Amino acid sequence: MDLHIAHLYPDLMNIYGDRGNVLALTQRASWRDISVEVRAFTAGMTFDADWPDLWFFGGGQDQGQDIVSADLVGPNGDALRASLANGAAALTICGGYQLLGHEYVPENAPSIPGLGVLDVRTRAGTLRFVGNLVAETPDGVLVGFENHSGRTYLGPKAKPLGTVVVGNGNNGEDKTEGAVQGKIVGTYSHGSCLPKNPWLADRLLAWALERRHGPQKLMPLDDREEKAASEQAVEVAKVRA
Amino acid sequence: MPDPLALLANTAGKLTRLGLQLTGRGGTALPGLVALTIDPDFIGAVASELAHGVVFVSGTNGKTTTARMLSDIVRATGWGPIHNRSGSNLERGIAGALLTENDWRGVLRGDIGMFEVDEASLPRVLGRISPRVVLVTNLFRDQLDRYFEIDQLARRIGDAVAKLDPRVILVLNADDPIVAWLGQRHSGPVLYFGLDDPDVGGLVPQAISDATRCPRCRQPLRYQRVVLAHEGDWSCPSCGLTRPERDVSATRVVLTPLSSEIQLRTAVASAFDPVRVPIAGLYNAYNALAALAVARALDIALPTAALAIANFRPAFGRLEQVAVDGRELRLILVKNPAGFNAAIGALLESGRRSRLLAALNDRDADGRDVSWIWDADFETLAPTVEHAVVTGIRSRDLANRLKYAGVARDRIEVVDQWGSAIDRALGGAAPGGEVVVLATYTAMLALRGELARRGHVANFWED
Ligand SMILES: [Zn+2]
Repeated sequence: MDLHIAHLYPDLMNIYGDRGNVLALTQRASWRDISVEVRAFTAGMTFDADWPDLWFFGGGQDQGQDIVSADLVGPNGDALRASLANGAAALTICGGYQLLGHEYVPENAPSIPGLGVLDVRTRAGTLRFVGNLVAETPDGVLVGFENHSGRTYLGPKAKPLGTVVVGNGNNGEDKTEGAVQGKIVGTYSHGSCLPKNPWLADRLLAWALERRHGPQKLMPLDDREEKAASEQAVEVAKVRA
Repeated sequence: MPDPLALLANTAGKLTRLGLQLTGRGGTALPGLVALTIDPDFIGAVASELAHGVVFVSGTNGKTTTARMLSDIVRATGWGPIHNRSGSNLERGIAGALLTENDWRGVLRGDIGMFEVDEASLPRVLGRISPRVVLVTNLFRDQLDRYFEIDQLARRIGDAVAKLDPRVILVLNADDPIVAWLGQRHSGPVLYFGLDDPDVGGLVPQAISDATRCPRCRQPLRYQRVVLAHEGDWSCPSCGLTRPERDVSATRVVLTPLSSEIQLRTAVASAFDPVRVPIAGLYNAYNALAALAVARALDIALPTAALAIANFRPAFGRLEQVAVDGRELRLILVKNPAGFNAAIGALLESGRRSRLLAALNDRDADGRDVSWIWDADFETLAPTVEHAVVTGIRSRDLANRLKYAGVARDRIEVVDQWGSAIDRALGGAAPGGEVVVLATYTAMLALRGELARRGHVANFWED
């Protein structure tokens, strides 16, 4: 079986260990004899909406984010929207998460429109949320590190990915962390997210395989190291909090 | 010391220092803090007394080694450097260094300041002291939870540079586009250094994308050659910005497992080439090149500088070698992807299979966010790993990282205590063999503390 992963704007939106997320997806696929091709999709290219089964969209620096949002206003944004409407899955983190929502409202500046495929809105906050992040989800614990000043609020179509146990999550107010809408996942957890949260990696892989090959049952893997890393990170987060 | 407030601050700072020494608590930032609280301009007032001025050594990687090389160089020329050591990188550390090197009347024992300055503190410190020379070695992502984004940081440093006195000499790495761009903001002289050996570096940029975009027009850069991460022979096809001409250029770099030799392209240098750098790794060749460029900015003769570098001894945790029971431990401090990749580059140059002791902590001094290990190129290291002992507060993250890099499970061993980790790592090594220790700052302190307790090394504050 084969699988296509599009890494969105890796040259502009790759900080905080995003590479680890792509690595987790490709390794967990290859351990199951699924061959994965990863391609970079970046500003200045023409996106092929049919190619990706899974989009990965990471966090970014301020200036990188400007170029990206300008690019997404054009035909590349339409291609991404069409691909997601046709069953492709997406993992978006931090800046990528914000840009898939309706808008980002900076302080004292006009609102920046997002792609509008996630029913979330983000506004700039004054205090930056920096630290370990732990959330409970129906499928297991989500653990990572958050570093954002944006405050994200969910609309009715988006469901929270989890409930915050340590840290701030979406906005530091309502205890929600991340968002899920169809096969689109948004989260503030980097660190890297997927290697320590293998259940999320596998859910994304299953969604992506479904688009290309129909419903699939993934072969279970021995996740001793992943679980140990998650448990240690949760323990450290709880002690520090 | 001219002004009464600075003198008062000096007295209070020195009293605090004396008090701490008498109660057996040396080496804190408190004396500096006391002096700065009384006189916020304390470092400026004291530093203005330095006959040969102040050199700031800043950038993400290589500050400590370069500043120490420079201290040796200025000592060789007969000057007395005042150097803020041991990671006390902020204003407080500089104030503390000044307090150790002046007397009760405020008269300094040294005549040149050699100050390591965190890249994040550089804009603020530039407003406090007018330096003679400012060196910026490189700008990489480092401890993003403290420094936030590199673009923003570069902008803040650029704004501070734009306000500098035109007499200040900037010394910049031409190979680093973000750093080289700072030269455009300065109204005074700029000296560039860079690596011009066509055999050093490859074509494929490593997986770190801090600066693959042009600092002027934000379009993708093109690289003829990549030395380390985003450092190399770069140009912008969109706006035409190119790597500046190098004033101090290494035309040939020969790397061996324990040292390197640099051939310089300057007329005066020819009689003394090559410069021998007695510590391994391409990044230390870079540090030496940066130090030679600053020496030139200070009008110090090249033979003097080259000789000082040839006799250089590295600081704690920076490629230090320790012999234990007939085996060799090689200590390498790692703190960000670029530093890690440079360090493993040095390992791979030796061509040997490696036994590792890797230690990951997530305290403030290490960087609380351990994400960076996923950007570090463990994939290149993995095929050479014979066995790895992992330890530290976030040891399991490290074990998981090695697993995803392709190191077989049975080659990875998680050991929780520092002493046990050292024992396990050494126990597996054959007599005469080597263990490479890769550790973050506080993990290195802990490992080194354990080695000191066993009598294998001196405590680092004694060197
Ligand atoms: Zn350009």
